Amino acid sequence: MNILTNAVYLVSAVLFVLGMKGLGHPRTAVRGNLLGAVAMFLAILVTVIGNKMIGPEWIIGGIAAGSLIGIITALRIQMTAMPQMVGLFNGFGGIASVLVATIAIIDAVQGYSIGRMVDGLRSVATGLDFDLQFLIATAASAFIGTVTFWGSLIAFGKLQGIVTEKAVRYPGDQGVKILVFIGALVLSVLVVLDPTNLAYYYGLLGITSVLGILLTVPIGGADMPIVIALLNSYSGIAAAATGFVLNNTILIIAGSLVGASGIILTQIMCKAMNRSLANVLFGGLGAAVAQVDLGDIYTGKIKSTSADEIAMILKSAQRVVFVPGYGMAVARAQTPVRQLTEAMEADGIEVEFGIHPVAGRMPGHMNVLLAEENISYDKLREMDQINPTFANTDVVIVIGANDVVNPLAREAEGSPISGMPILNVDQARTVVVIKRSLSPGFAGIDNPLFAMDNTLMFFADGKKAVDEIVTAYKDA
Amino acid sequence: MELLSLVTIFVLAVFLGFEVITKVPPILHTPLMSGSNAISGITIIGALIATGAGNSLLSSILGAAALAFATINVVGGFLVTHRMLDKFKKKD
Repeated sequence: MNILTNAVYLVSAVLFVLGMKGLGHPRTAVRGNLLGAVAMFLAILVTVIGNKMIGPEWIIGGIAAGSLIGIITALRIQMTAMPQMVGLFNGFGGIASVLVATIAIIDAVQGYSIGRMVDGLRSVATGLDFDLQFLIATAASAFIGTVTFWGSLIAFGKLQGIVTEKAVRYPGDQGVKILVFIGALVLSVLVVLDPTNLAYYYGLLGITSVLGILLTVPIGGADMPIVIALLNSYSGIAAAATGFVLNNTILIIAGSLVGASGIILTQIMCKAMNRSLANVLFGGLGAAVAQVDLGDIYTGKIKSTSADEIAMILKSAQRVVFVPGYGMAVARAQTPVRQLTEAMEADGIEVEFGIHPVAGRMPGHMNVLLAEENISYDKLREMDQINPTFANTDVVIVIGANDVVNPLAREAEGSPISGMPILNVDQARTVVVIKRSLSPGFAGIDNPLFAMDNTLMFFADGKKAVDEIVTAYKDA
Repeated sequence: MELLSLVTIFVLAVFLGFEVITKVPPILHTPLMSGSNAISGITIIGALIATGAGNSLLSSILGAAALAFATINVVGGFLVTHRMLDKFKKKD
């Protein structure tokens, strides 16, 4: 590798870091993203200049096909479907790393080396030279990349409704996972010990495919934000491993930045659900938790309300907070919510949105859905910002959210959500819950909020309900 | 380049990543993920090197596939992130 290439890689690395830093604020985020794109372009350009480019038709063909698919997908995708798209793209990053590692090992076995000088281990069978770093990195890239690919396909399938959203469990499933994992480790070691026998390598690809599927299938729909974040991290780590295969610094740097980013998001999501990563991966929400039987907490305590009554209450309010959940997006109620917000603001009512970290199907999903409706981002409040304000809030409108406003979470134990940080909406003067029925959320438990004295239930489809409230509000 | 300096780069980049990403607010977590998706498409560099070496027909075929997948990530990732960030506006 020559000096020019490495110097430009350094510039790229700096731009990637500045780009990610730019994503720290809505004002600078667009520029940050563009810096990242420039960094990628520079790295590609100098790589093409500085390396052999034999068979340009394959290179141009691959890039053209990828660009076309990428552009079409990016322009047509609905914002509600972002989790699926990011999920699928994680997988594409993983498979790309696997393919590069595969080429590297196939070429090495045939006596070619790509992107690096080979020195070190000498295979007894063929007399070929392999170095240990190359072999370990190749096995790691194949392992992590393949798990990422298949895990992402399953996650995509679950979010898209192709694969069941339920946590698929069967007796002895943990044991099966552990056995497959050990098998994958054994094959990785065999690849390193005898790389010339490519059967080990293909076996590794096969068994890690199974592992990727087994790890993701048991995870339920509500845990998808965590899984997507984790797979995001894996795709970065796979790229970094590929960097060690090729001795390439920019792959290592950019890959580890993404790996770190995914890990942090995973931690944030786990904390927001008060669960350990191990519990998410191996536990399955709602499974094997001793549950206190609350009995019938609803009968005689539920107060049903109407659009007219809600409109009257809103008219006399000074501060209103919306608490949206994924149900709002499913009902496509964002537009009437925005209309209602505008109508109330025109009357001088302060309106904000309280957004739980796990609202939606991926980290930050709800913010994007509301931003798409042209709702100003300074009205979108994080849990820690909004919680102290509920006591001074006249009306909270909970729409399509359930578990994240369940007061049971504040109890130390007794329910699957105990200890999970929630939005304390019950502290507001009046809570309006828009919901189709009293059915439980993902956690599968009743919600005492619905039976509280200051709670009014509006049983209806989210969009229809808010549409009616908008009409009633404007008429009142 | 020797292994130790590569590992040094790796470890420092992970720490740098932690420092930078911790400061990204929840409101921007989705664009952060799609943006880092695009960056993980950096494998495109590996795909270019591996394909460009042109050592065998099989390598070329696998390389073209790797390039296609990585390019989807890069182009699709940056583009969709841009589309999304464009929606984040502050009204006065």
